[in-house]
Amino acid sequence: MSTKRIVVTGIGATSPLGGTAAESWQNLLAGASGASPLEQDWVAKFDLPVTFAAQAAVKATDVLERVVTKRLDPSSQFALIAGREAWADAGSPDVDPDRLAIDWATGIGGVWTLLDAYDTLRERGPRRVLPMTVPMLMPNGPAAAIGMDLGARGGIRTVVSACASSTESIINAWEHLQLGYADVIIAGGSEAAINPLPIASFAAMQALSRRNDDPTTASRPYDVSRDGFVLGEGAAALVLETYEHAVARGARIYAEVLGGAVTSDAFHITAPDPEGAGASRAMRQAVERAGRSLDEVVHVNAHATSTPVGDIAEYNALRSVFGDHLDNVTVAATKASTGHLLGGAGAIEALFTIKALYERTVPPTINLNDQDPAIPLNVPRAPEALPAGDVLALSNSFGFGGHNAVAAFASVS
Amino acid sequence: MALSNEEILAGLAELITDETGIAGDEVALEKSFTDDLDIDSISMMTIVVNAEEKFGVTIPDDEVKNLKTVGDAVTFITNAQD
Repeated sequence: MSTKRIVVTGIGATSPLGGTAAESWQNLLAGASGASPLEQDWVAKFDLPVTFAAQAAVKATDVLERVVTKRLDPSSQFALIAGREAWADAGSPDVDPDRLAIDWATGIGGVWTLLDAYDTLRERGPRRVLPMTVPMLMPNGPAAAIGMDLGARGGIRTVVSACASSTESIINAWEHLQLGYADVIIAGGSEAAINPLPIASFAAMQALSRRNDDPTTASRPYDVSRDGFVLGEGAAALVLETYEHAVARGARIYAEVLGGAVTSDAFHITAPDPEGAGASRAMRQAVERAGRSLDEVVHVNAHATSTPVGDIAEYNALRSVFGDHLDNVTVAATKASTGHLLGGAGAIEALFTIKALYERTVPPTINLNDQDPAIPLNVPRAPEALPAGDVLALSNSFGFGGHNAVAAFASVS
Repeated sequence: MALSNEEILAGLAELITDETGIAGDEVALEKSFTDDLDIDSISMMTIVVNAEEKFGVTIPDDEVKNLKTVGDAVTFITNAQD
């Protein structure tokens, strides 16, 4: 297959660090944390064991009109905000609607809508269940919200692979552009699952940090005292298009997307393979399929959720792939700042990876005060310059189900 | 106590504005839900469900298709209150 060059020309985000991509990036560089105590009444009502999370910095309902929000689950509201921002950032390209597509992702879908509607059904009967309930809760709702808004008629697709979802959606977008299915694709992911039920479930599996008294330092990937992830929410969107299409319209190019790879562990539904074999294969394949060399990789935005077993499994995978070269690779664990956006995590981390290449700046990893000696990675605590020249960066995402997705990006000079 | 036609119209206008964003003063008795107010079937059913709750009445699904105008709905709700 002849390979087309695919580039990123627009970015958008609404995250625990800010209501836009620029704010999110600036606050990431400043070492901010998006985590805070949950003030909602349901925390006490259910006596939740975890009482904090990384909530979106800007409420979607403060950005979108009420007539829009009442028909969209919060996961779709975040998607629409990020998608619109990315589209505007790309210069609102003049593209044939039949050649504009969406590759979106979510890990859970419209969990707020589903559970609220079930409460209505139980307490007030079927007649009170609103007709928009199913279109609001369906996992393809966020993709459809963006696609309807921007008039994308070249296919609106959704991938669901837990916390690997939106890295996979970016890889899918790259593949769909390679296959010639579209000229421009908006890719990304969103999640809005800071809800008592997911919190209870994640807490039950001992996946969440219990640092209720100190939310901003709770997410601490690679630290010896890491005790779980911090649930986050939000969305990130990228506008991908062929290099020729971007150049023809004079678009700003942030970075080149080299595609990526998806592998699976077939090991355990939630636990990572301790050796990270599937993750290793994904990283190798992502670079090799692009016809590039592992030595060209200078930066990795790691999955690094801050769980005791997950972080070390990913380290093992990184070491087996890169060997001694790993010491030359700067690693960022940005979930320390954002929390874990689940189906939105891959997209916001891809956005940060792209910004790192474009700005030639590796973002800092906060809360890493006592690095686990079993994880000797090169993790900048302050913003650090990336080397000049043509360089590669990877963004890793792994999800329950044994999904491993790795996207590869290259600087564009 | 039964609400007056004016009170029902005002209450209905609130529901329509909330669902569709249409300004309350656009909602008049002679306006057609579909032709004038451009309300689709899903929004119509949402308004019906919310109107049942607001006015304490039952609007059978078979009856909804007969509610062509805002006035039809006000009349139906008025009679259903009794």
